[in-house]
Amino acid sequence: MNAEALKTRILALLTDIAPDIDPATVQPDQEFRDQFDFDSMDQLNFAIAIHKAFDIEIPESDYPKLASLSKCIVYTDSKQQS
Amino acid sequence: MESGTLVEWKIKPGDVVKRGDVVAVVETDKGAIDIEIFESGPVEKLLVEPGTNVPVGGVLALIGGEASTFSTDALTGAESVPEKSAAATNRGQQVPSTHLTESTTGPHGRQKISPAARVRAQQRHVDLESLHGTGPGGAITLQDVERNDVSHSDFEPSAVTKKTPSATEAMRAVIASAMARSKREIPHYYLSTDVDYSSVNSWLAKRNAELPIEQRMLPVVPLLRAIALTLQAFPDFNGYYQDKTYQPSKAVHLGVAIAQRGGGLIAPAILDAQDQQLPLLTEKLRDLVNRARAGRLKNRELSDGIITLTSLGDGGVDSLFPVIYPPQVAIIGAGSVRDRATVVNGKLAARPIMTLTLAADHRVSNGRSGAQFLARIRDLLQIPEKL
Repeated sequence: MNAEALKTRILALLTDIAPDIDPATVQPDQEFRDQFDFDSMDQLNFAIAIHKAFDIEIPESDYPKLASLSKCIVYTDSKQQS
Repeated sequence: MESGTLVEWKIKPGDVVKRGDVVAVVETDKGAIDIEIFESGPVEKLLVEPGTNVPVGGVLALIGGEASTFSTDALTGAESVPEKSAAATNRGQQVPSTHLTESTTGPHGRQKISPAARVRAQQRHVDLESLHGTGPGGAITLQDVERNDVSHSDFEPSAVTKKTPSATEAMRAVIASAMARSKREIPHYYLSTDVDYSSVNSWLAKRNAELPIEQRMLPVVPLLRAIALTLQAFPDFNGYYQDKTYQPSKAVHLGVAIAQRGGGLIAPAILDAQDQQLPLLTEKLRDLVNRARAGRLKNRELSDGIITLTSLGDGGVDSLFPVIYPPQVAIIGAGSVRDRATVVNGKLAARPIMTLTLAADHRVSNGRSGAQFLARIRDLLQIPEKL
């Protein structure tokens, strides 16, 4: 999957968890916690959504690698290659 | 809460309902609420059309003949400041309907719509059925409603404009009234203790490493469990204070304060938390938070909370001094878990510490039992494998 398709897919998962987010305004490098007031439950729901959508195992220690859109794209991409 | 708008019937005349069935959806200050019925029997007649604004205590339907009616009494408890409703109606009295669209139900069942969008559509008289949802699964979002809002043009005549409160403002008004009443009437006292969270953290890390992601537990779950277990031995913190009398409860309906994006706050309860082991509690908490954010709570979850936990999570602040939700008599505050200097076996050490605070009603309990209550919770969290 190319980077742009990956981004679109991840944004769709994000707005599924928090429907009030406008995907066009997402700042790629800012952490979701600061940007959208994500709490630990949002973070967990998001990790579950990524796990299901891309069929990748995400250990708890990797949650910080899903903290922003940019980080998430890098992480998901590397996990899919491996 | 004085009234709500009937959004949708889930039953029709002739259906047989039993206690606990969800029979209707009512839109309130706190979002859409599934209304459960407390009677069983055949549905005789529906007395109120969807779209009608009904006062608390108004009769909605006749169940099982003359003997029983189904009313919005179920809503009385759902407000933070319970007052006897002055709005009791005669049986079947019709309340003038508002301009709300007749029904928000599509031909294939319930239309997906965000709570904020539903409120805005009602304020602006936007017909939901005419909208095309662009949200997840075709859900109608706030933006969809605003795009289609013809009433809100630049040429709105100033003579008729009156600012309508947003969903968040309505929620703030509910919070304001409950919190002001609490500070006016309840003599709070406060206690706090530091909880070393390293046992919980290492036990959780090990446990979660072996579990599929859906079953992993958040650090707040052992705390919920410890509170539910402790409350059974401390009835002075588990009940309601109403009409100058205290009524303890056997069941622990554990309220959880949940922040809504955009500034709202809601504290629905995990019902019968005392009976739930950690894995079930994990599931219940996730379900409750997700439904609270989607505006799909049940009336009992909003009305029956008996004590509340408010947790700052990753907020980065050490402690909080929460305000009791009347008619509850206690609230527990959990600060962020943060590495702090503490003394372990006579030596200084850095440990993850959570400051746990209890605010309790001095009309019902004293500081001594409050201290024992809080200390018991702290001690239980030192041996998480036994929870």
